Amino acid sequence: MKNYDTIRHVKGESQFVDDILVPEGLLYAAVSCSEVAHGEIINIDISEALKVEGVKIILTAKDIPGENQIGGIIPDEELFASDKVDFIGQPIAVVIAETQLIAQEAARKIKIDINKLPVITDPREAYKAGNLIVPPRTFNLGDVENTWELCDHIVEGKVESGGQEHLYLETQGAFAYPVEGGGIKIVSSTQSPTAVQRVTARILNLPMHKVEVDVLRLGGAFGGKEDQATAWAAMAGMASYKLFKPVKLILPRQQDMIMTGKRHPYSSDFKIGLTNDGKILAFETTFYQNAGAAADLSPAVLERTLFHCTNSYYIPNVKATAISCKTNLPPNTAFRGFGGPQGMFVIESAIFKAAEQMGIDPAEIQKKNLLDEGDEFPYGQKTEKCHAKRAWNRAEDKYAVNKIKGRIKEFNLKNDIYKKGVAFMPICFGISFTNTSMNQASALVHVYTDGSISVSTAAVEMGQGVNEKIRQVVANSFSVNIDRVKTETANTSRIANTSPTAASSSADLNGKATEHACRNILARLKNEAAEILNASSASHIHIKDEFIYQDNIKTDLTWNELIKISHLKRVNLSSHAFYATPGIHFDKEKEKGKPFAYHVYGTAIIEATVDCLRGIYEIDSVKVIHDFGKSFSPLVDLGQAEGAIMQGLGWMTIEEVIYDENGKLLTDALSTYKVPDIHFTPDVQVEFLEDSENPFGIFKSKAIGEPPLMYGIGGYFAIMNAIKEFRPDVEFNISAPITPEKVLLNLYSKVDEKIPI
Amino acid sequence: MKNKLKFICNKDEIGTFVHPGLSLMDFLRNNLALTGTKEGCREGDCGACTVLIGELQGKQVQYHSVNSCLFPVGDVNGKHVVTVEGLNDGGLSVVQKAFVDEGASQCGFCTPGFIVSLTGYFISNKVYSAIDAAYSMDGNICRCTGHSSIIRAAKRSTEILASNITNHSDHILSLIKGGLIPSYFSEIPSRLKIIKQQQIDESEKNISSYFISGGTDLFVQKWEDILNNDIKLLSSNGLSSSIKEENGKCIIGANATVTDLINSPIISKIFPSLGEQLKLFGSLPIRNMATIGGNIINASPIADMTNIFLALNSTLRLKRENKFREIPLRDFYKGYKSIDLLDGELIDEISFRIPKEGSYFNFEKVSQRTFLDIASANSSIYIELDNSIITNCSLSAGGVAPIPLYLKQTSEFLSGKELNYSSISEAATITLTEISPISDARGSAEYKSILLRQLIYAHFIKLFPDKINIKEIA
Repeated sequence: MKNYDTIRHVKGESQFVDDILVPEGLLYAAVSCSEVAHGEIINIDISEALKVEGVKIILTAKDIPGENQIGGIIPDEELFASDKVDFIGQPIAVVIAETQLIAQEAARKIKIDINKLPVITDPREAYKAGNLIVPPRTFNLGDVENTWELCDHIVEGKVESGGQEHLYLETQGAFAYPVEGGGIKIVSSTQSPTAVQRVTARILNLPMHKVEVDVLRLGGAFGGKEDQATAWAAMAGMASYKLFKPVKLILPRQQDMIMTGKRHPYSSDFKIGLTNDGKILAFETTFYQNAGAAADLSPAVLERTLFHCTNSYYIPNVKATAISCKTNLPPNTAFRGFGGPQGMFVIESAIFKAAEQMGIDPAEIQKKNLLDEGDEFPYGQKTEKCHAKRAWNRAEDKYAVNKIKGRIKEFNLKNDIYKKGVAFMPICFGISFTNTSMNQASALVHVYTDGSISVSTAAVEMGQGVNEKIRQVVANSFSVNIDRVKTETANTSRIANTSPTAASSSADLNGKATEHACRNILARLKNEAAEILNASSASHIHIKDEFIYQDNIKTDLTWNELIKISHLKRVNLSSHAFYATPGIHFDKEKEKGKPFAYHVYGTAIIEATVDCLRGIYEIDSVKVIHDFGKSFSPLVDLGQAEGAIMQGLGWMTIEEVIYDENGKLLTDALSTYKVPDIHFTPDVQVEFLEDSENPFGIFKSKAIGEPPLMYGIGGYFAIMNAIKEFRPDVEFNISAPITPEKVLLNLYSKVDEKIPI
Repeated sequence: MKNKLKFICNKDEIGTFVHPGLSLMDFLRNNLALTGTKEGCREGDCGACTVLIGELQGKQVQYHSVNSCLFPVGDVNGKHVVTVEGLNDGGLSVVQKAFVDEGASQCGFCTPGFIVSLTGYFISNKVYSAIDAAYSMDGNICRCTGHSSIIRAAKRSTEILASNITNHSDHILSLIKGGLIPSYFSEIPSRLKIIKQQQIDESEKNISSYFISGGTDLFVQKWEDILNNDIKLLSSNGLSSSIKEENGKCIIGANATVTDLINSPIISKIFPSLGEQLKLFGSLPIRNMATIGGNIINASPIADMTNIFLALNSTLRLKRENKFREIPLRDFYKGYKSIDLLDGELIDEISFRIPKEGSYFNFEKVSQRTFLDIASANSSIYIELDNSIITNCSLSAGGVAPIPLYLKQTSEFLSGKELNYSSISEAATITLTEISPISDARGSAEYKSILLRQLIYAHFIKLFPDKINIKEIA
């Protein structure tokens, strides 16, 4: 099958925002931001910047005709800081000039006087100071308090997990131009066309119908363009509206890294209680989420942390509290997994520490507590078609775990410098936006008189292959060649009031809406065919491979002819259809409900080798059994799994976001923030779990974008297990990412007094 | 300043009049509307802007990959530039098709860079291996695929080309027939020859704000400033890139690239394993651009090449107009980014005495990510041994001081000592008094101290596994 997106990509023909041929008179934008993490703005002096030849206008908060507000969940974030700054990188002004160089030069000449205030970057410190984004939330199951006394082992501890830079290869950007009637059109690199439309309309005090947002494709997003693409589009839109000129705003990489939020760092406490044979009886945890300076999507991310705090395990007594702490960092945001990974890392750490204390392999505890059919999650939903144990057992079997363990044991006996470790990582991830109302989508399908088809949805193509899946839905629904089908841009004039392309659910939601639209047209076509073929009713008709069949017998009537005749007979060849996920609900008062349409399961076995002399390591292999449902796009799905695994491994190992105590980002370039490269890539094997048809997914498949990322967590523990082979005596703090620095300091600092600190 | 340039870009001959310090990436995207070349980072760390540069050498054109964001357009004069668009020939090339078939492209933003790098591998090598093919893309970052499918695409391409190529006599022609590159490549040598002849010699102005050799750091830090100044490109102005052996010395022209070094038969004779270790330096396109002189003059405390040359007790020959002077590399660095260089003076050559028989050399580097990363600390050792007595030892360390550091006291201490654990352990203690690391994005000061000690141990464990082992130090 030809994936036409990929064919364009390999030829360099795919267009991204910065590639669109620019109109005459295009102006360029550069953003000026706060260099102070917390303070009161005393004065903004743009006089020197205005003197730079070629500067057209400089916009600040006071130039906003509408409301200076871009917050999505909570209205707590300004487009341009007006009287207070809360993080380094917070936009204060935008310069519009004839060239990019001029705009950047002028932006550097804007002088901003700020009266500095104390800076908080640590979430626990923010909590102590009472700086919260939303009130804490607690999920409860069973009775934790009265269970501790029944436990043979109780282990408590603290877990840190770091931020993660999205590092989409295409930086944030937008291109806006004025249209007649006082409106604007914005081509934006966003996962949320509607958010861009809504916010720009709010900023400019325009009705939403005057702002048209169009999205061709994104050069990667991973959540980083869900809420955080909005500001740049709104700025370009505002400048374009004011000047009545086309304006392009593309963030240079360093500014992108400084100005945008990342995966939330978490600091967490846990207490876990088990029986002697490794059954987990109780689990209590508190998550301190480092939200950054504004809400952004943090409350929703926080919620998903709670939903996944027991990962793939059934624990009868759970108390999990999550606290979103406001700090002076850029507002942290969605990132593949959306709080789930942070939650799962804590329960996995708790199991690791418990195993350490009990002197057993963590895998024993993991396996013993896997979810079973009908088990209840802390949020009240019960598992249906649960594959947790099946995936684990298949992984043990398929990848011959005993042989792996034997081989590792032998290796460790033979080698002094290099040590190997292995870890299991089971996952369970819920599919649906946890905010139930967002689980809706619509599609617009046109069949043209030549038999070609176009389909519009709000699904934004960002590498996840959703265009290809939507095309498959159309081609399969009509049983026509996929080459007939073209996916259109995500455009707010064609598809309105959309949910962002997020939560792994865009293929499900938009695919189902597309399927409905196709069904509507198909029903009309069948009626018409019945008439042409003198069949008594449409039930005698079906279409297969572009031919019309009557009572399962192929006729001479082709797709093309049927379309032609239908058009002449004034049959409607277009349909707009709507889909809302059925049966999901959640009561935030009780913190109980059925928030997810279904769950995705799987198990990974990860091996790592540590160089115990230099403190460096390699992830050797990741062997996975993953529950794809019934995949109808295996190449796309495999690619999603492999890519997500590597992002998860990166988050756990070498990807380290460092802010100093003043809130300044130290890792603000690709030279200091390192993501996995081709040498890092381990041997990745992924088997599709058999017999997992999913009635709630498109064509019985399961969502794939996010769940496999969490296999990467196993990388952390594989490395820890290898370190323990070298230093069985040392107790380690759990702090991800496990950088080479942390490995070396774990290996040596505590046993060598000669090194001055 | 503007220069007249003539070159071939893909199929087309380009004549233009631009600032020679404009990045090739900007020129391609903005002047030629070749938007397949992408800007991902503008610092040579993502590879989305990778293009091939072909230079006429004899009758043939030699191609290598570069990061066009760091490549001055002035340096393409008389050369062939190949972008992803230049590989399109109606259908898909072998490499392009392999990427499609393996699903090795997701969002597509990085893809053109990968396609160009891998195609460059097949053009510039004649013997293929799947793993080398994959690692030719070590300067390209893909955030979507996790690279597994890209490695498979490299393997598939390698296999298909191996079976497609039957006639090896004319490499380019066989690649055209094998479906790797379009047919116009066969005419490039003769077309370049004409362009070369047509070229007008620019005036030899010696007043420049920037002398550029390689430029892989300069274009990261100063690309905007370069455009407001006069520059001089040293590659096209007579600075040597030769590597030769003379009177027991190895002499390296300052304009030699890291790739030149890796490919030099002289270097591989002296240090058989250095070529492999130098793959830890940057990425293939960076190694193709970065020069030895540039690495030294940039004065980065963590420079890998400088670290190696310090341990080899190298000498710099500096040149101003026709005047030369020599200075030991160890005396060249005065403080952070401060060097003993007069106005208008250039590094001309770097030389070192070819190590004696029975001497040992090792280079160690640890960085957050093993490849294409700047070290947290690095170290080189040169050591001469008489039985178990160290007769001469020279150690260097990077990333632990404001300058690339020669560990004078440690080296002097070790010379004359017996090769055993206690000498090494004591040496490492002395090292700690010579260094002054700071905490930054590459690690805490404490980490860098411990790491350097470990790297010193690593030198000995690696060179003398029978005499020193990790059990003694752990």
